[in-house]
Amino acid sequence: MNNMLVLPILIPLSTAVILIFFKEKIRLQRWISVVSSLLTILVTVLLVTRVHADGILTLQMGGWAPPYGIVFVGDMFALLLVMTASLVSFAILLYSFSSIGEKREKYYYYTFFHFLLVGVYGSFLTGDIFNLFVFFEVMLISSYALISLGGTKLQLRETSKYLLINIVSSTLFVAAVAYLYAAAGTLNMAHLSQRITEAGQGGIINVIAVLFLIVFSLKAGLFLFFWLPGSYSAPPPAIRALFGALLTKVGLYAIIRTFTLLFVNDSDLTHNLIAWMAAATMILGSLGAVAYKDIPRIFNYNVIISVGFVALGLAAGTQDSLNGAVFYLLHDILAKALLFILGGLIISAAGTDQLSGMGGMIKKYPLLGWLFFILALALVGIPPLSGFAGKLLIIRGALDAGMLTLALIGLGSSFMVLYSLIKVFRLAFWGSEPGKKSPAVSIKGATAVAAGLLVLVIAMGIGADPLYAFVSQAGDVLASPAEYIQAVMMKE
Amino acid sequence: MELVMALAIGILFTIGVYLILSKTLLRIVLGTSLLTHGVHLLLLTMAGLKKGAAPVLGKEDTYVDPLPQALILTSIVISFGVTAFYFVLAYRSYQSLGTDDIDSIKEAKE
Repeated sequence: MNNMLVLPILIPLSTAVILIFFKEKIRLQRWISVVSSLLTILVTVLLVTRVHADGILTLQMGGWAPPYGIVFVGDMFALLLVMTASLVSFAILLYSFSSIGEKREKYYYYTFFHFLLVGVYGSFLTGDIFNLFVFFEVMLISSYALISLGGTKLQLRETSKYLLINIVSSTLFVAAVAYLYAAAGTLNMAHLSQRITEAGQGGIINVIAVLFLIVFSLKAGLFLFFWLPGSYSAPPPAIRALFGALLTKVGLYAIIRTFTLLFVNDSDLTHNLIAWMAAATMILGSLGAVAYKDIPRIFNYNVIISVGFVALGLAAGTQDSLNGAVFYLLHDILAKALLFILGGLIISAAGTDQLSGMGGMIKKYPLLGWLFFILALALVGIPPLSGFAGKLLIIRGALDAGMLTLALIGLGSSFMVLYSLIKVFRLAFWGSEPGKKSPAVSIKGATAVAAGLLVLVIAMGIGADPLYAFVSQAGDVLASPAEYIQAVMMKE
Repeated sequence: MELVMALAIGILFTIGVYLILSKTLLRIVLGTSLLTHGVHLLLLTMAGLKKGAAPVLGKEDTYVDPLPQALILTSIVISFGVTAFYFVLAYRSYQSLGTDDIDSIKEAKE
């Protein structure tokens, strides 16, 4: 029955392949995509309830017992992320219907969309570090295609950079796996965890840990985010939403997974390093968010700030802060997708992405304005919206761990988020309309999608208490890897 | 044998990094592909070189670890795909931007 664990990957994979055959039939492509997304949501919800009742699910590919075969591990953390990602990708899919344009749809937009999801879900579910690399690549190759799809000059220029950064970091990833295999002789993450604990985390393992940290930080935008604001500004808003909501989160997931499961025995070194990287990320991200005056860049820097904030939760490493990191990660996937969708709507309503060319939009688009305002409050962490519980837990965990400076930086970054988003709200929605009138565009359908996502954000905030039962189950596994190892290696 | 491999890997990395730091897009693509070759050799060396006979056949008691070769095969396929994509992208941006020089690409406006 654990075979169900492969469905979140199998469904988008087969959808993507089927869609290739219907290049010209856009309507059919849309319907197939919607059905496939709904199916994925259904499957992931079922999986989450099953794990909640029975504990971690594992699936051994081809019946090869671990540590020899590739194993899929559905623990609560991974499955909650898969579920949230599938909900968000459904919303983004609906938003792309009205925003992506017929030409891109004909050139396999939906195919790449689903391949990207395969990579994302696979990275969450796999329990093998080389398989993680493979799913990373599936995700990245689709993202290369999506970021350059359309071939405007800006996109081509940014794709070259994005591609180069990612090839170099993937190369380092393989090198790190090679060193790890030489040092520990296995690639199964649970087995690796056992062996590293047995042998002790000496100098060599620390070097490997830092190498992995560099690789994943490049993908997550943790401190090494110099490529992110430019690259994520290039593609159209729907793709931007997909990237902002999911891609950096996969990198963060990989950091959290490796540094709660594999490299846990010398946290003075590794977790301190993560803590300072998190602090630098939050400070630099805040500066960027405040400094720029165009919507894509402000939002991209907001993505960076939240990456730093989740990493702070990991660095503190208490039960509370790990729960908080899980909670905040889920909130952030939802909220960032919504933020980018609203950003796309604002840009298409105003006809420009520069704040200086906007103003007075609250008259024409009141609903859009208030959606944005509520979302801004949720991102800052005003109760009872979804950002609050995660922020509270992370800050409390950081204080418990004695990281006063970092907790203050985390709180300070929240104010910067507030400032940067209220700046967007004030300049875009209040004030007088700019001289040149932009033609009124109909954004009703897409606004409905955004409203739906906002309902989820609010529900997640109000329902934080029942959700906490699931989140703490995820946090428990992160705090004590023994449970994860036991579930994977039980055959021995 | 390990020393020779280490030198080979080092040389591949050096040339790869050198090419990546150059200005033309074509050289950068070649640089990335050399870099991945270096990493594949690293993977092979790290898992231990030629310690016995070929695996699976069962002719001798000691045989080499087959896993790294499977990993390298996977990684080669991936890097093949990425390199192909990069070449097409480089050609496309040469067509569209009229140059393959990184500095002029940076300055190119919409």
